Amino acid sequence: MNITLNGTVREVPDNLSASALLAVLGLADRRLALEINREIVPRSRFDNHVISPGDTVEIVHAIGGG
Amino acid sequence: MSTVMQTQTRRMNDPLVIAGVAYSSRLLVGTGKYKDLDETREATLASGAEIVTVAIRRTNIGQNPGEPNLLDVISPERYTLLPNTAGCYTAADAVRTCHLARELLDGHDLVKLEVLGDEKTLFPDITQTIEAAETLVRDGFKVMVYTNDDPIVARRFEDMGCIAVMPLAAPIGSGLGIRNPYNIMTIVENATVPILVDAGVGTASDAAIAMELGCDGVLMNTAIAGARDPALMASAMKKAIEAGREAYLAGRIARKRFASASSPIDGTFF
Repeated sequence: MNITLNGTVREVPDNLSASALLAVLGLADRRLALEINREIVPRSRFDNHVISPGDTVEIVHAIGGG
Repeated sequence: MSTVMQTQTRRMNDPLVIAGVAYSSRLLVGTGKYKDLDETREATLASGAEIVTVAIRRTNIGQNPGEPNLLDVISPERYTLLPNTAGCYTAADAVRTCHLARELLDGHDLVKLEVLGDEKTLFPDITQTIEAAETLVRDGFKVMVYTNDDPIVARRFEDMGCIAVMPLAAPIGSGLGIRNPYNIMTIVENATVPILVDAGVGTASDAAIAMELGCDGVLMNTAIAGARDPALMASAMKKAIEAGREAYLAGRIARKRFASASSPIDGTFF
């Protein structure tokens, strides 16, 4: 299926949980926050939340800033 | 007790209290604009800062998986992290950023709110900042708010529940130092929450001046990261903050137009 991930349309496997998406992206062990269609998906729900076709996903982390 | 010990005791008895937590350092630093993470770590260590700002941005997808992370060198265990809303020009973006930051940091709800008005000056858009602050306070965040040096606005942020108010000295990254010392002094005198100068500090004397005006602390990034030797500048800033604070607590002499001799006239033999 296609989703928009961090601003770019990407093809990802169907029926992915949020956890599985992060694993596919190599981000499983990272400290990050996830927002899908402008709603935050908390870490506790990563296993349960299923990504749908056309979802807009933002994955953010902390970087240096003033 | 020796004088050195007395001074150290005085500093421990003069903590900066932010959101109910006591800090011995009144210098807060940003983590942006460094050459690399090693430099970030060294300068942050040299500064003695305990509160450190970070930005929230998209993760790089598909790049080097072994790439070290900021939080590997600036650990949330060792430092109090202060996520900022840098780059936000609307209240909505700032609020969204803070909610993501809180989720990212496991419910840690201390944030630096900045809503910018213009790319050239990076001055705050006060109208949008007020709107964001109201929402964030209602949503349970502890808001340290970047603002201008208008005492009326500063008092408004305090009254609406911001836990610290942070007037700029000069534009972010400008290094111009405190442009409006009398306004900063008025803000300090009117406040019951901590007032920290944030933005525009250039060198150590600027930081000392902020503290001499009665500020509770100073937040800076470019002044350290952009210096030729950031770790050395961080060390200078640490001392400047301490010196300025002691000078403030010591009670300076008044400024006079004319001289007043330091040696007595009595007993002169000429």
